[in-house]
Amino acid sequence: MKKLRKMLARAVPSGRTGVIAFPFAFLFLFFFVPFILVIGISFSQQQMGIPPYTPLAELKEGVLNIALNLSHYQFLWNDDLYIATYLSSLKMALISTFLCLLIGYPIAYYIARAEPSTRNTLMMLVMLPFWTSFLIRVYAWVAILKNDGLLNNFLIWLGLIHEPLRLYHTNWGVYIGMVYSYLPFMIMPLYAHLVKMDLSLLEAAYDLGAKPWRAFFQVTLPLSKNGIIAGSLLVFIPAVGEYVIPELLGGSETLMIGRQMWSEFFENNDWPMASAVTCAMVILLLVPMALFQHYQTKEMEES
Amino acid sequence: MIKPNKTLSVTVLGAGYLFLYLPIVLLVIYSFNESKLVTLWSGFSTKWYAALLEDDELISAAWLSIRIALLTATASVVVGTVAGFVLARFGRFRLFTLFSAMINAPLVMPEVIIGISMLLLFVQMGQLLGWPQGRGLMTIWIGHTTLCVSYVAIIVQSRVRELDMSLEEAAMDLGATPGKIFFAITLPLISQALVSGWLLSFTLSLDDLVLTAFLSGPGSTTLPLVVFSRVRLGLNPEMNALATLFISSVTIGVVAVNWYMRAAERKLAREMRMAFAAEAA
Repeated sequence: MKKLRKMLARAVPSGRTGVIAFPFAFLFLFFFVPFILVIGISFSQQQMGIPPYTPLAELKEGVLNIALNLSHYQFLWNDDLYIATYLSSLKMALISTFLCLLIGYPIAYYIARAEPSTRNTLMMLVMLPFWTSFLIRVYAWVAILKNDGLLNNFLIWLGLIHEPLRLYHTNWGVYIGMVYSYLPFMIMPLYAHLVKMDLSLLEAAYDLGAKPWRAFFQVTLPLSKNGIIAGSLLVFIPAVGEYVIPELLGGSETLMIGRQMWSEFFENNDWPMASAVTCAMVILLLVPMALFQHYQTKEMEES
Repeated sequence: MIKPNKTLSVTVLGAGYLFLYLPIVLLVIYSFNESKLVTLWSGFSTKWYAALLEDDELISAAWLSIRIALLTATASVVVGTVAGFVLARFGRFRLFTLFSAMINAPLVMPEVIIGISMLLLFVQMGQLLGWPQGRGLMTIWIGHTTLCVSYVAIIVQSRVRELDMSLEEAAMDLGATPGKIFFAITLPLISQALVSGWLLSFTLSLDDLVLTAFLSGPGSTTLPLVVFSRVRLGLNPEMNALATLFISSVTIGVVAVNWYMRAAERKLAREMRMAFAAEAA
């Protein structure tokens, strides 16, 4: 009897394993397995019917035929437009990240140095746009950026310009939209690092005769390094695959990979090609994603 | 204490908040514009709000979105709380790296990637198992939940790490089972994090466009899908009115919850001070 109970105890997972297994199984099935499927289907071929792609393996008269179609990847590799699109996505995401850092750092810095009682309110004001609709916030810029929009009208009224600036449906529009949408993601980690900085280090630098700028570059900036990295990754990774902003604010010359994949999928109905584009995007993002995972785990364990 | 330069600080923060809020303020102002040309002011009017009420496509989409958001928020809190608890308390078990990667990745992963991969999963499952039949509320719900679980897990794990473990240890010493401790002690202590997670999941789900576009089928058009199909063509005064309604309800909700939570925190701090004072006396 005792033996049986022991065996049962070993066969039935313990409470601890069960608790881990519940969220693990959920994420594994709905997040991990789908990726494997994307890889698989990127090797199949478009066909008319449901589903609109050919199966990878077929059992015909006792022979297992496995057909791996590499043509999508060959096409991605050789097509100038696709290579240009990948490079352009990277460039636009990098510039957006840099602009976010340039604008977000001073804001995060002064919030972190504000009175403790006002800090929370100031941070809530940064986070509030993040809670309201992303789509609406991008849409809000259409009225501002159009040729006969509010910004151009204002600048013409001031007499600064005579011809309207072309911003709507250009890459400039995309940069403005990206910076606007992703700024809270940059400010949050920067603030978190700047606010817990030990200010006596700065005082020591001043006492030793450092000028404010020198103290900033040699003390504050290095101490906020991890915040800069975390914020930059939080902006850069989603920006590479962004679809809504280039679609609403960008023009036909705005080449972005998320948009390209969307049109392969929804307009050409070519699921295997869209899968191949997705795989290529994942490969592009593998290093930044691994970095993000590294910093995120470190952060979790330090707190 | 080093004081930052006051003028510089006010200038930077002023410009920063102007950048963050001016577009939203302009959007709200022009929702009361009479003209159909959104950027040309021709007089005050609430006619676009009246038009919203008669827009059946919009109303049925909004209703579907709200139902999905309620389902998503609830499911995400259930799965995400357990996930966050595991992250915070279970140490490094086997497959821990995979587990934490599956939680961190959706936070930054471009949504088009998650969208296509989940769609392929549902199509394959439909082929092999006969479920789900087609796409609709169910597939959107699962998709949104997968995304929101990560946010809830991160919020919960950071709250659990801050917890003073002595209460749970006391319960354990008194012979409570781990399950009982979790439900009777840990869960009430992290209830604020659960509320934040629920609200965040609700708004994320209500606003999601990209994932929904992949996972919705005919007859399951959510609010963002309708909004997107209209604003894609340019400005639309009715959308300004809808955006104003959305922004004001979210703002009121977030400010109210924030205010309530801070009040609850202050109350707790006061009670603890009084308890310590009573002990010392």
